[in-house]
Amino acid sequence: MTGRTPSGAGALGLEAVGISMRFGGVLALDDVSIRVEAGTVHALLGENGAGKSTLVKCLMGFHRMTAGQIVIGHREVEIPDPRAAHARGLGMVYQHFTLVPSLTGTENLVISRARVPAVIDWRNERAALARFLEAMPFTAPLDVPAQRLAAGERQKLEILKQLYLGRRILILDEPTSVLTPEEADELLGTLRALVRTGRLTVLMITHKLREVSAFADTVSVLRQGRHVGTARVQDLDQPTMAAMMIGERPAPAGTARGTTAGPVALQLREVRAPDRTGRKVIAIDSLSVRGGEIVGVAGVAGNGQTELMEILTGQRRLESGTILVDGRPYVPSRAAMQAAGVRCLPEEPLRNACAARMSLVENLAFRTFDRRADDRRRFWLDRARLRIHARDLAARFRIRAGSVEHPIASLSGGNVQRAVLARELTGTVRVLVVANPCFGLDVAAVAEVRARILTVRNGGAAVLLVSEDLDEVLDLADRILVMSEGRIVHATRQADANVGVIGRHMAGRA
Amino acid sequence: MTAAAVPGTPDAAFDRSLAAARRHGEAVIVPLGALVAGLLAFALFLGIVGRSPAEFYGLVYQAAYGSTFAWENTLARTAPLLLAALCTALPARLGMIMIGGEGAIVLGGVAAGIFAMLYPALPGVLGIGGMVAVAALAGGTWIGTIGFLRHLRGVNETIASLLMAYVAIALMNHLVEGPFRDAASLNKPSTAPLSDGFRIGTIPGLDVHWGLAIGIAACVLCWVLLERTTWGFAARIVGGNVRAAQVQGLPVGRLMVGFSVLGGACAGIAGMIEVAAVHGAANASLAAGYGYTGILIAFLARHHMLAILPVATLLAGFEAASGLVQRRMDLPDATVLVLQGMVFVALLAGEALHGRLAWFRAPGRQ
Repeated sequence: MTGRTPSGAGALGLEAVGISMRFGGVLALDDVSIRVEAGTVHALLGENGAGKSTLVKCLMGFHRMTAGQIVIGHREVEIPDPRAAHARGLGMVYQHFTLVPSLTGTENLVISRARVPAVIDWRNERAALARFLEAMPFTAPLDVPAQRLAAGERQKLEILKQLYLGRRILILDEPTSVLTPEEADELLGTLRALVRTGRLTVLMITHKLREVSAFADTVSVLRQGRHVGTARVQDLDQPTMAAMMIGERPAPAGTARGTTAGPVALQLREVRAPDRTGRKVIAIDSLSVRGGEIVGVAGVAGNGQTELMEILTGQRRLESGTILVDGRPYVPSRAAMQAAGVRCLPEEPLRNACAARMSLVENLAFRTFDRRADDRRRFWLDRARLRIHARDLAARFRIRAGSVEHPIASLSGGNVQRAVLARELTGTVRVLVVANPCFGLDVAAVAEVRARILTVRNGGAAVLLVSEDLDEVLDLADRILVMSEGRIVHATRQADANVGVIGRHMAGRA
Repeated sequence: MTAAAVPGTPDAAFDRSLAAARRHGEAVIVPLGALVAGLLAFALFLGIVGRSPAEFYGLVYQAAYGSTFAWENTLARTAPLLLAALCTALPARLGMIMIGGEGAIVLGGVAAGIFAMLYPALPGVLGIGGMVAVAALAGGTWIGTIGFLRHLRGVNETIASLLMAYVAIALMNHLVEGPFRDAASLNKPSTAPLSDGFRIGTIPGLDVHWGLAIGIAACVLCWVLLERTTWGFAARIVGGNVRAAQVQGLPVGRLMVGFSVLGGACAGIAGMIEVAAVHGAANASLAAGYGYTGILIAFLARHHMLAILPVATLLAGFEAASGLVQRRMDLPDATVLVLQGMVFVALLAGEALHGRLAWFRAPGRQ
């Protein structure tokens, strides 16, 4: 660590100069330069995968930048690791809290210091904390174990912790993602008040345009690793911001259709289910997919898409509502899936659709191991037949594996996805539910996966495509829905799709 | 290996066998290494208490495997251990860690003893068959309930099964000392001794009771069930990744409960064998600790049904030798437990190495 932070208290300015970050063959950041003025709230806006998290991790020393400099308070600095970042006055508040749940606020603050005495004099520490809090415009409960605090209070405690540790530039990663709208407003208001006192500079990663308009002074937009623009929030309106985030896209060319859409194959009616935190609700009043069409559900991650998938695969119980396949009530059991021809491809196939330590042969057999050729149930495993089946699928779907007997975890991501596709797309498919199919795949694999999904659609199946990649939805879907906060907030046909409108709905603002 | 071998040559064949050895070797070499590490740690312990490890291990070998009589002693103890190990190994293949085999054993034993008491006149096959059935029912219900609670409410099956084992032992003691006590058993409360029709005899040619054959058959049948049937395949999918099993619509709850019942039934039969072949009546001797040793065997065998056979023989040998060795070397009765404990700790530590040793990794993406 060369040099020290400029002495004194008060906000510092931060500047990223020409930062590039390369991971293997992927260029995550391409010559990004952003200046954050001292004592301002600066928002960093962008879609999933735009490079916001990567940029911030470079600033905090988690990654060694491939190229570029960091300037803090007009002095160029080296940040080789997070400790150096902390020493320079940079602090970060993460999406998922870093408080120890069983310790109180006081204890969390004290132990987070770089130097803690071996024996802690709690009376002194509490007195020092009380003095510190007097100078703060807000407070949080300090004598309650962190796990008993509400999410909003925890966030405030995190921010207090950063201030307590003397940080002068605060980076927040989607700070309101786990908060209710009221808590979010309160938190951001508090932050802005702090910044106005000159004590702090805030760089905030967000995808919510409403928050940018209401609480930020300046906004920088990243798209696909590049800095698209920076402007004062008062000079921009939301449609412009959305357009910068999503960029100019050519009007989606209609993809070749095999058949016209048939009758409704999949329907969700008045579906209600709790989300993963239990505090919010997924509420889908009506969603229908016809045979021979692809319905794409766009949205930023964390707005209920995972829960929607889990509802359709039977991993999440419905509180109320019905799912209908071909007009008949559908409960996701193995027999019902088989009879109705419903196939599911969850995201992150290795994590959610495969047994990593089982071999490729076994994984490819998940759908067919218990049925004979004539569809009767079987008791004895026919391992020779499974091997033949696996070799056949591997050839047809071009799965590259050292040996079909190797554990599937030894295959590359693309080949794992090919394997899961091979398994699920064989046989009669009436309804296909697929989530983020191309996540993490190289360009060739992406093209292949998309082609296969189109083939399934052209064969008359109803396809529900849930994707966090708007490009994918725009390219493939015949009808586009937008999911936000657990609800469907927008629906449009591909021909009428207005990227700006879609982007605004994705960002939570009509 | 830098340059790839030309396919079809002896080099290529060697490469393939080496690759196969690497893949499967980990499952054998790591637990073997842990076993050796545990034995070394125990040797250290012996050194500290002033005994010769060489003498200890030498005596163990003699008393366990050194003569026909020793072998018979060992094999007699292997029988209940095989079945007790299945009680842990079967649910473990589905991702449930059950350690309550002891409870299922004692309940199976007492159920068998009570059955024999209530129907003393049943002819041979019916009598023994009936005992097997009630023992399996008792043990299976016990462990099956825990599996059901785990599926329904996410109850931690490890703690629940352990605590239920204590409940089972208390229940057995109550039944044996109270309603089903044989009036003639004064010093040691016990059910009535089994009539000859209910006793299990010895295998001809080998002075070991038929329980050994039952145990071996159970291990083989469970292996066949898991590896060669669709039920077992579905169970392995649940154990491999329960989310993947759910996405496939497999009946996860039914599989969990079903295999818990099966494991408990095996342990229950172990109890019945102890009653019918060894003690001749149900009493407190049923709680001999086989259930706990079974846990260790299952883990050492990495929950592989066939690997349980050699591992159980090894640990049975230690137990068979323990009485002799401890008396000869003037060591307390708990010494063999210390040995088992050290091996178990070494094994659990070795589990952390699984998947991390580069030599064993399959070639390709990590």
